[in-house]
Amino acid sequence: MTTPASRKLWLGYGLAMIWLFVLLWPLMGIKPEGLEFAESFAVWARVAAAAAILLAFWQAKQHGFLDAALLPAQAASALLARAAGRVPTWIWLALLAAAMVVFPFLTERYAHDVAISVLVYICLGLGLNVVVGLAGLLDLGYIAFYGVGAYTYALLSVHYGLSFWLCLPISGAFSALAGCIIGYPTLRMRGDYLAIVTLGFGEIVRIVLNNWMKLTNGPNGILGIKTPDAYWWKDGAFTHIWLSSLEQLYFVVLGLAVSTVVAVYRLNHSRIGRAFEAVREDQTAAELMGVNTLGIKLLAYALGAVLGGLAGAFFAARMRFVSPESFTFIESAMVLAMVVLGGMGSIPGVVLGALALVALPEAFRGFELYRMFVFGGVMAVMMLFRPKGLWPAKRMGARSEERD
Amino acid sequence: MGTLELLDISVRFGGLQALTDVSFCVREGDIVGLIGPNGAGKTTVFNVITGVYQTSAGQVSYDGRPLRDLRPHKILALGVARTFQNIRLFQNMTALENVMVAQHCRTRQGVLGAILRSGSQKREEARIREKAMQSLIFMGLSDFAGEVASNMAYGLQRRLEIARALASEPKTLLLDEPAAGLNPAESRELMHTIGRISDLGVSILMVEHDMKVVMGICRQIVVLDHGVMIAEGKPEAIQRDPRVIEAYLGQ
Repeated sequence: MTTPASRKLWLGYGLAMIWLFVLLWPLMGIKPEGLEFAESFAVWARVAAAAAILLAFWQAKQHGFLDAALLPAQAASALLARAAGRVPTWIWLALLAAAMVVFPFLTERYAHDVAISVLVYICLGLGLNVVVGLAGLLDLGYIAFYGVGAYTYALLSVHYGLSFWLCLPISGAFSALAGCIIGYPTLRMRGDYLAIVTLGFGEIVRIVLNNWMKLTNGPNGILGIKTPDAYWWKDGAFTHIWLSSLEQLYFVVLGLAVSTVVAVYRLNHSRIGRAFEAVREDQTAAELMGVNTLGIKLLAYALGAVLGGLAGAFFAARMRFVSPESFTFIESAMVLAMVVLGGMGSIPGVVLGALALVALPEAFRGFELYRMFVFGGVMAVMMLFRPKGLWPAKRMGARSEERD
Repeated sequence: MGTLELLDISVRFGGLQALTDVSFCVREGDIVGLIGPNGAGKTTVFNVITGVYQTSAGQVSYDGRPLRDLRPHKILALGVARTFQNIRLFQNMTALENVMVAQHCRTRQGVLGAILRSGSQKREEARIREKAMQSLIFMGLSDFAGEVASNMAYGLQRRLEIARALASEPKTLLLDEPAAGLNPAESRELMHTIGRISDLGVSILMVEHDMKVVMGICRQIVVLDHGVMIAEGKPEAIQRDPRVIEAYLGQ
């Protein structure tokens, strides 16, 4: 095993391990009591050993030493995939729907809580996916629309006692308005410039929420928001109930998420969706082929805002409390990370991304300390090995400004 | 219907005079060739007509309607479609989808129709698909409908660009070097195709370097050199024009 390729590989491994130690030691070894090597060396040795074993396996696979074990496994998985491919899509969808419906009856409070978070983020991710994935506009201030939707419902509920279901479209409309106000002056810009400006607008919205004491009660937030209500058949008559338990809220947000998925899917396969993609692929050519690019970009922005606003209204109803703290830049970054990690422009991708970024950290609560470290590592590895995301869209390419 | 008229067009980019007083006319059913050495301003003429550049002076009008201040998508809606010198397809969309985009300006369904999948939406979508398919069939690309544009061979991509332009139902078609990079057989095929497009009643203005193609099908030729029109006339006359020969061969 001393081919030039393998020598180069092990040389790279050696360099990487030296680099790792140079990074690791200052973090772990420099202490107020003095310098210490033993602790960081122990961690480093373990990482190095693990990496060496993985590399050895990989080399063995490259040289075909593992074929005896791997080939039957590959054949089996191909067989399984073919069998799965023969099952019509609607059966998978029906199974999924059944799983979603029975989920709250098989699990307890904590799982409901996580599931609601995941579903809210799915709505947000799909909204941002329209802007970033379909139309190719990088938006770093997306959470602002979530905030606008949440505050719209919060204020209407607290001051006027309006019902959640009435406020849902109003929240969407206000978010769309905010989207147009922000979008109109900024969408003439492309790429990086647009990203910076949207970042700025996201912060403006948060700061306004934080400082407009009379309207938003500033950093103290707004308390006493009503949960969604409904009329339910009980004791021989329809009675008015508040959907305040977690199971009930789960079904509300499930409905919201499913409607969002259907809406985005249908939009994607329509004249408007094609125009979005044309703008993403080549803005100049799209304009010359009859797409009103300014209008269509504004529409993408407004649609993303509406979906964010609807999710925001639900968020306010579920928490029964809103404060500007929930709408910081890190939230925008998280939603963007879901879209990118899952696969831009792909609906199942965004769903997977939301699951990965919301549910997995919950599952790994035990490693609390290393969570962000692992998160960063996973993102780096993902971008190396699956740059188009977990479940890439069938067609997805560079944004047009990258070629211009 | 479908008369494109350029009157004393001048375009300046800062200190550079790209076009000076260019005037010519593409009438209904015409096939006009626009030729000239590299950097003569041929593509600039296209960009002016389609609204990518603004003129510094002069006027472009279509059926008597001035095109000034119209954005490119409006100009396409009026019936002037174009292809590009360096292919600008929507690389990651399929051939059929590329062509369907061109129907955008001929259709009206909005977001609500798309989300609710209303009856009119479905009918319109079917009509878009049918028109796009016709356009692909016309260009002999029906076998490649599901192919992603970037995976298609170069010659096919050139044809797909023409198919996309045709799907917008133009009355005037601007072709920017349609024969660039094609082999002689493909060039002959292209000439035949341009003839068929003309038979549909679409008037054509084409920029082309391949003189065999230009002289073979154009009924009228306009020659540009350094942004100035140096000759206009029938192919035979152009071939004998001393100024044209000088522009191409130098002194």
